[in-house]
Amino acid sequence: MLPDAMIADLRARKTPAIARAISMVENGRPGFEEILSAIHPTLGRARRIGITGPPGAGKSTLTERLVQLLRARGLTVAVVAVDPTSPFTGGALLGDRIRMESVALDPGVFIRSMATRGSLGGLATTTREVCDVLDGGGFDRVIIETVGVGQSELDVARTADTTVLVLVPESGDGIQTLKSGIMEIGDLFVVNKADRPGADRLRQEIEVTLGIRAGNAFRHMPAHHGPTTGRTKAAADGAPVGWKPPVLATVASSGQGVAELADAIDRHDQHLTGTGELALRRRQRLYERTREVVERDTRQWVWHETRADAAIQERMDDVAAGRVSPYEVAAEILEELKQGSRL
Amino acid sequence: MTIAKPDPAGQELRRRLADQERALAALQDEVRAWRAAAAGLPVRADVSFAGVSGREVEPAYTPFDLSDGSQAAAGLPGAYPYLRGIHPTMYRGRLWTMRQFAGFGTARDTNERYKFLLARGQTGLSVAFDFPTLMGYDSDHPRSEGEVGKCGVAISSLADMQELFDGIPLDQVSTSMTINGPAAMLFCFYVAAAERQGVDIAKLQGTIQNDMLKEYMAQHAWIFPVEPALKVIVDLFEWASAHTPKWNTISISGYHIREAGATAAQELAFTLANGFCYVEHGVARGLDVDSFAPRLSFFWDVHNDFFEEIAKMRAARRIWARTMRDKYGAKNPRSWQMRFHCQTAGVSLTAQQPHNNIVRVAYQALAAVLGGTQSLHTNALDETLALPTEESVRIALRTQQILAYETGVPNVADPLGGSYYVESLTEGLEREAAGLFAEIEAQGGVVAAIETGWFQRQIADSASRFQREVEQHRQVIVGLNEFIEDDEPPVEILKVGENAEREQRASMAALRSARDGVAVDAALERLRAAAAEGRNVVPPMLEATRAMATLYEIRHVLETVYGTYREPVFF
Amino acid sequence: MSRKTAIRPIRVLVAKPGLDGHDRGAKVVAAALRDAGMEVIYTGLHQTPEMIATAAVQEDVDVVGLSILSGAHMTLFPRVRKLLDESGRPDILVTGGGIIPTEDMDELARQGIGKLFGPGTPTGDLIAYIQEWAVEKRQD
Repeated sequence: MLPDAMIADLRARKTPAIARAISMVENGRPGFEEILSAIHPTLGRARRIGITGPPGAGKSTLTERLVQLLRARGLTVAVVAVDPTSPFTGGALLGDRIRMESVALDPGVFIRSMATRGSLGGLATTTREVCDVLDGGGFDRVIIETVGVGQSELDVARTADTTVLVLVPESGDGIQTLKSGIMEIGDLFVVNKADRPGADRLRQEIEVTLGIRAGNAFRHMPAHHGPTTGRTKAAADGAPVGWKPPVLATVASSGQGVAELADAIDRHDQHLTGTGELALRRRQRLYERTREVVERDTRQWVWHETRADAAIQERMDDVAAGRVSPYEVAAEILEELKQGSRL
Repeated sequence: MTIAKPDPAGQELRRRLADQERALAALQDEVRAWRAAAAGLPVRADVSFAGVSGREVEPAYTPFDLSDGSQAAAGLPGAYPYLRGIHPTMYRGRLWTMRQFAGFGTARDTNERYKFLLARGQTGLSVAFDFPTLMGYDSDHPRSEGEVGKCGVAISSLADMQELFDGIPLDQVSTSMTINGPAAMLFCFYVAAAERQGVDIAKLQGTIQNDMLKEYMAQHAWIFPVEPALKVIVDLFEWASAHTPKWNTISISGYHIREAGATAAQELAFTLANGFCYVEHGVARGLDVDSFAPRLSFFWDVHNDFFEEIAKMRAARRIWARTMRDKYGAKNPRSWQMRFHCQTAGVSLTAQQPHNNIVRVAYQALAAVLGGTQSLHTNALDETLALPTEESVRIALRTQQILAYETGVPNVADPLGGSYYVESLTEGLEREAAGLFAEIEAQGGVVAAIETGWFQRQIADSASRFQREVEQHRQVIVGLNEFIEDDEPPVEILKVGENAEREQRASMAALRSARDGVAVDAALERLRAAAAEGRNVVPPMLEATRAMATLYEIRHVLETVYGTYREPVFF
Repeated sequence: MSRKTAIRPIRVLVAKPGLDGHDRGAKVVAAALRDAGMEVIYTGLHQTPEMIATAAVQEDVDVVGLSILSGAHMTLFPRVRKLLDESGRPDILVTGGGIIPTEDMDELARQGIGKLFGPGTPTGDLIAYIQEWAVEKRQD
């Protein structure tokens, strides 16, 4: 499909076009940047909600319940479910749709499974771009569901406007989970399977940990990326800006507590909008995005459109024999490129 | 030193014991020598000596492979712990029930097949339902399209059940119904059909499978989430113990777990763990264990590894007896006795050279009888291709009759008792089961391990291992990966047309217009209320059945209270 | 590696249509396809043709693999094919396996269904078939 035709179909919110545009973006197929540029002016309608947590926390079931509820409130919803690619075979088994069966046939719902494909650092960017396509495709809410293990998944969760961290009483030692660093990404905390033993204790543990963070620990947290960090739960001076992450209890299997979760997400949204933080976060993200694209394209250009790689190959005998260091070769190549030579 | 009086008997005994000890010591030396010699002998390198379950076996077994005291612990047939069978004389008193699973098309079609089988000497009926019925959908539900009457008989209401047993007095047959998710509904249909025949329901004999735990693990005909499903099962235990005391309220099934790929040890342990889980739920309801445990029955798969299968059934009996007596405090010996049905392994049949399946089934049937089964279904040769034809069903039944009347096998109880190999396998399987019970416990018990997909993963791993071995020809399957015929003549298969669906749609429409809709709605509302209030749902379900509420109407009303099960994601 | 030179993995939807619960074959196949480097979307049991086609379109898969043992193959395969065609995705391959008599396989092939595999087929055969199809027919 030609990008122009696809853009027209995307604007018309045709499901097959949305699906194919996502594939183009995911695979970096020619034309994907045109598509992303074309939809850029329309972006920002969709609220992006990240749902993350350890395996077995019931994220998909909770997502299904949330989708049901959002649909009942008249909103269209897209879900991006991210699961790991096997590092050995490059294949992946993506099974999250099973849990979302009740909404699978709803024309106001779009579900897409994504494999991490082991792309180093690229996953978060790709996920953001996929969410852009869904935003451009006219969905009111985009839910990004990932397993909260490992840095790249956490980065994915961070692409959302509102990130929900889901924990369960039996998901190992609650405190351990809390210590592992994923607390910082939660705008909302959910203790799922709250009818099981240990739920109240877990809730208390989270609240205590959050209290400590809000009190003193958080003041010493370094900001994330550069001076105008995107993760401004604290303002630049380190003081909280008035959002206290709530700790909610749900039983996803019965739907208990899901309406409260949706309301809390709305409150967080109002908070972000009201304080101007949403605009700030989004601006920061666009700044990061532009940098990432420059990096990606630079890398692409250097290795595929200049002779940089060939130049290294030519000097390898010298490098291997110790006559010249990798650093000297790199400096030479960079200097040449700066001079405008494509070597 | 005291001078003992001469004690000829004692001296004789001591002399014999000493002789035995010397003989054993000599044997031990011989075994050592044999082992050393055997280790150096060439063996066929192209095949595995592990059976279908992947268990490596020794080239031969000796008394040293048995644990101390194992011979005394084995006991006798008909005596605790029933290792050697639940009746003192086993098949001399009564042969096993030859029970061929059958059903296809409409109730009328299947009714004819039942009469055909009863006329040829079958001794019990076994109903195979179609997939819509197994899932609780009426024949005219949109999800039933294309599947009505295809793999079993379509039963959507009491009217269908009446037709299924038309001319078959329900106080004179024993009927097994393979039904789980909607087991309570179909049981109510059966009870109401008996009432309409004028039969005293206390005389009803038979079994409903009603084993939801293995559905979540392996067979996957589920409706409700685990806990409400268990609640309805216990409702049936409670109701049946008072009203239909000769009816087996559950058939705790290893069959489907095994067919899904489990090893023999997994089948044994997972099934028994499920059994104990049901017992615990019954006891938690406040039922006396001896009020319902005698009506719990089991169902095993009989696979190709001949001796392992026999050992599995023997081990199962001993574990059940010991646990029921010692852990759950059952006092009635009938609560200790594991009674079971067997079916030959459908998964072992091949679509290639299907006549070979007759031979497979015969060996498996022999294993079931040597294992002491109470009833048996022998698969028909064409079952991997389609529903069996009358011809293939007849051969399958005759296979059992030849075994029962020509081979002499049923004349002696537990004829393999005392075999070093079989006893050692039996003990080995018991040890493996104990290990698996501990693992299940570590997972938080049966229900937790289902919800996390632990069982399902264990089974899938075993299935993959076996598949790999077959693909690598480490496991030879005749006609499939070795001894292949290039030009196979096709066998004749039974084709079930679409007419069953058409007929069912028409009869459902007639039923819906003929019945009293107000009475149906009122009965369904009483059922919903009972479910919502946590009362026993069997009485209002039976009421709704009598009012001609359909299967799906009953399912649906319970679903509004209980919710729907969703499978965990795992591979 | 640059995104632009990455070889796109083959995406396959593995589904179990119909009401039977026999997913052993579907799961063995799903795992084998993953091990062969494909991205497999597994939709679980008891799927209707509408659910399968909707998922295939949203997931933008190359191949739909169906496992049918309930005898309803003559209803289910053509229905999925038709729904995909109507969604503008006649390019998606519909293949699969199950207990399917040869004459039915031939009839389904005439209706635009790909190769179907009977019980006991090594998973390698299906993998090879999909890989060859992808080399030949996939558009990008």
